[in-house]
Amino acid sequence: MALDRITLSTFRNHRESRLDGSAHFNLLIGANGAGKTNLLEALSLFAPGRGLRRARLPDMAGMNGNGGFSISAALNPGDGGEAVILGTGTEPVRPSRRIVQVNGADTSAISLGEWLSIGWLTPAMDGLFTDSAGARRRYMDRMALGIDPGHARFANRYEAALRERNRLLSDDREPEAPWLDAVEMQLSEAGAALAQGRERLIALISAVLDRLPDQPFARPTLHYVPGGPSDQQMLATELARNRRRDRAAQRTLIGPHRDELEVTMAGKGVPAAHSSTGEQKAMLLAITLAHAELSSDGRPSLLLLDEVAAHLDPVRRAALFERLRQGSGQIWLTGTELAPFSEIDGEAAIWRVSAGELERLS
Amino acid sequence: MASQEIDALSASLSRLPGLGPRSARRAVLWLVKRRETALPQLLEALAAVRDTLVECAICGNVDTQNPCGICADTRRDQRQICVVEDVADLWALDRARLFTGRYHVLGGKLSALDGVRPEDLSIGALLERVQNGGIDEVVLAMNATLEGQTTAHYIAEKMDGMPVRITQLAHGLPVGGELDYLDEGTLAQALRARRPMAG
Repeated sequence: MALDRITLSTFRNHRESRLDGSAHFNLLIGANGAGKTNLLEALSLFAPGRGLRRARLPDMAGMNGNGGFSISAALNPGDGGEAVILGTGTEPVRPSRRIVQVNGADTSAISLGEWLSIGWLTPAMDGLFTDSAGARRRYMDRMALGIDPGHARFANRYEAALRERNRLLSDDREPEAPWLDAVEMQLSEAGAALAQGRERLIALISAVLDRLPDQPFARPTLHYVPGGPSDQQMLATELARNRRRDRAAQRTLIGPHRDELEVTMAGKGVPAAHSSTGEQKAMLLAITLAHAELSSDGRPSLLLLDEVAAHLDPVRRAALFERLRQGSGQIWLTGTELAPFSEIDGEAAIWRVSAGELERLS
Repeated sequence: MASQEIDALSASLSRLPGLGPRSARRAVLWLVKRRETALPQLLEALAAVRDTLVECAICGNVDTQNPCGICADTRRDQRQICVVEDVADLWALDRARLFTGRYHVLGGKLSALDGVRPEDLSIGALLERVQNGGIDEVVLAMNATLEGQTTAHYIAEKMDGMPVRITQLAHGLPVGGELDYLDEGTLAQALRARRPMAG
């Protein structure tokens, strides 16, 4: 299976934890605060970035350790060849610096992405459809990053240029036109690339979702609503034309920072924000699965699903497990009890987690 | 326990770029041990810099003469000006001795957030140099950062209509670089800036 022989050393509440004999489905059962999500977080660190909690590295080091932590796993590349040993962690002397090793040799976190792709869904993302538009833009950008690593650069550059323009517009003095021209040139260049990246992402995900039936698993329809022209020249023209209005508002009123992702439930036509909690969860899952399929791109893939079964009714749950069974990616699930997982308990590797200790159940 | 004098020296040195308190203490100890040999040399060099270094009135370079050695050098092409953000950039370019024209140091880059406005940079002096005539080409050698490129576009627009050719350093594939190792942003830039080959 994708990842096996997983070890955690002084990682959050896990002093020394080891998981062997993983399967396609892997289930972590335990009470709240037992350390199930910590385990998923550890796995999420085999991807570039800050992991599924977006936490700071020093916060991940265990209380009773020496100030550092380490995580390792054997990756089966799926080509029949020898397993690749992945390792990451921090050293006590530099608790903010992430160390990454592949087969014992130091490398960059980015290079982890060459070996496997990891997607996740956590309860923290549950409010996505009712949250601010900004949260949905960040969600789009995170997904776009999985498909095009260059996307982050445009997003950062756009943010920086936007701050410059807003600062110029809110100045007491009338901003100098050539200065605004220069900033808007960069704003439109990064903004067009950013908008096109999001547009492409939503089109790709929609194409995957379109192949699915409306039921029993709730199928979302995604609609990308641009906050400005996605063509560089047109965006530049619009920005220049809106200067007076934007100066009155003291901020930029058009552009991809005003993008919105509209999600409705297919068949019902109801906005996702007005759907039931369970339906929202099902739609989020559908998007997460579609994205995982898109971004795996031939690499072994991992899907970390934290507390997903609880909100779903038995019919949807069965449909979810059936979909996950068909995929090639390795699945890691957590739950407080075994009952919701009865559909898969014959084929899953199951561990009980309590106070950072693991016990293999089956 | 170190004396007040040693502490004061450590404190001054610790502010040097790339040093910090620990390295500064190490440097001070090294100097103290060699106070007969290395210390006088260093004192002399520091005094010479203090007494003779001036900023060139034409380009903003730092040198012991005004105009600086580069501006005074008549063998250099008087019709080309290379515009850089800081003196460090000028030195980097001139170390390679590839550019045969003269320079213009802006003294920073435009940044609304940091409160650096056009009048804080020597942009006016640059425009004046160009307006005075005798210049064919202005090379904008700003960093490829947001502020650097904003500054380049700003200057280019300010020179619009002046009888000079405005060029910019190329962005893209580094010499000796392998495509396989480049990030997408750099590759995309290199592809955009591709040029026809003779042949």
